[in-house]
Amino acid sequence: MAEFRLPPNSRIKQGKIWKAPEAARNIKRFHVYRYDPDSGDNPRMDIYEIDMDKCGPMVLDALLKIKNEIDATLTLRRSCREGVCGSCAMNIDGTNTLACTHDIKDIKDDVKIYPLPHMPVIKDLVPDLTHFFAQYASIKPWIRTQSPAPDRERLQSKQERAKLDGLYECILCACCSTACPSYWWNSERYLGPALLLQAYRWIADSRDETTGERLDDLQDPFKLYRCHTIMNCTRTCPKGLNPAKSIGEIKQLLAEREH
Amino acid sequence: MAADNRPTSPHIGIYRWQISMVMSILHRLTGVWLSLGALALVYWLIAAGFGPDAYASAQVLFASWLGQLLMWSWCFSLFYHLCNGIRHLFWDAGKGFEIRSMYISGFSVWIISGLMTLLAILFVYQHGGGT
Repeated sequence: MAEFRLPPNSRIKQGKIWKAPEAARNIKRFHVYRYDPDSGDNPRMDIYEIDMDKCGPMVLDALLKIKNEIDATLTLRRSCREGVCGSCAMNIDGTNTLACTHDIKDIKDDVKIYPLPHMPVIKDLVPDLTHFFAQYASIKPWIRTQSPAPDRERLQSKQERAKLDGLYECILCACCSTACPSYWWNSERYLGPALLLQAYRWIADSRDETTGERLDDLQDPFKLYRCHTIMNCTRTCPKGLNPAKSIGEIKQLLAEREH
Repeated sequence: MAADNRPTSPHIGIYRWQISMVMSILHRLTGVWLSLGALALVYWLIAAGFGPDAYASAQVLFASWLGQLLMWSWCFSLFYHLCNGIRHLFWDAGKGFEIRSMYISGFSVWIISGLMTLLAILFVYQHGGGT
């Protein structure tokens, strides 16, 4: 069921304000969600004043500047810093995106940064993605065949390969799934846009020989049909992919199979 | 998942409202509102079946400013739900998933359902409805 209010232990309190040095002239304020599992306190919003003359252009640059120069306790995931690993996915300026590819200049007011929405928080900006990846495993994201293995690779025509464009680029950052109100209220049973796009990626793969089984697995009131085409997923995907469309394709395949 | 008392990160309270999201929730709300409207319709029919007195008092109720306001809210709900329902049919047929077409179809729903409501209002008051 939809729970609009945060549980008591999750309500956010006011945190500290970290002032910029006196000399700074080009100041931008970053409101960052903080949660320390060791203290037992509720999450809080710390405000960091950053001298933009001494900071890189991306939100990740500002976060790393905070961690390196202002407050070393700030915890976040990051790795590639160029939008291919998906580690630094978080809620920035109201929508989910990758901190490393989001330009600070695109945010007019103060920058507000939260972990991916409606997720259990391990610490600060690090959500627990265990359930998300367990769901990923549940769609069996690998080629499954029944025919005997050939002597060489299983080949695809160019047209068959082209069907995977817009699907294989997904980096599983979870931005779309955690932007989806349906996933917020039903993540226990609804697979969410990211994993349905992944499911479709294997359904659409000409080399996979278990399409029927894959569709059987998705024929479920919750796994697939909690999608109400809200489209937050497609709006927020930092890679410009279209999970809503993939879900639509699966729904169509299931409908066509009926007759 | 919650075994270790981890807090839940904020969601609807901090997510920037998207037009897509607003239209989706409005589709749901107009649907619920129309179901309540169906009850009002049933009341009107029952009143008509009950006799002239009951019917007259139902008419007074629907002709009051509150009654008219409710009627127009149901009128808009009907047109919005209809237009957005057609949008959903297109999605079900696998069309209109691109962000651009999603916005175009979305704004069309607003404009068309608004216009239809307006036309209905004009039509009804010109033909002496509501009295």
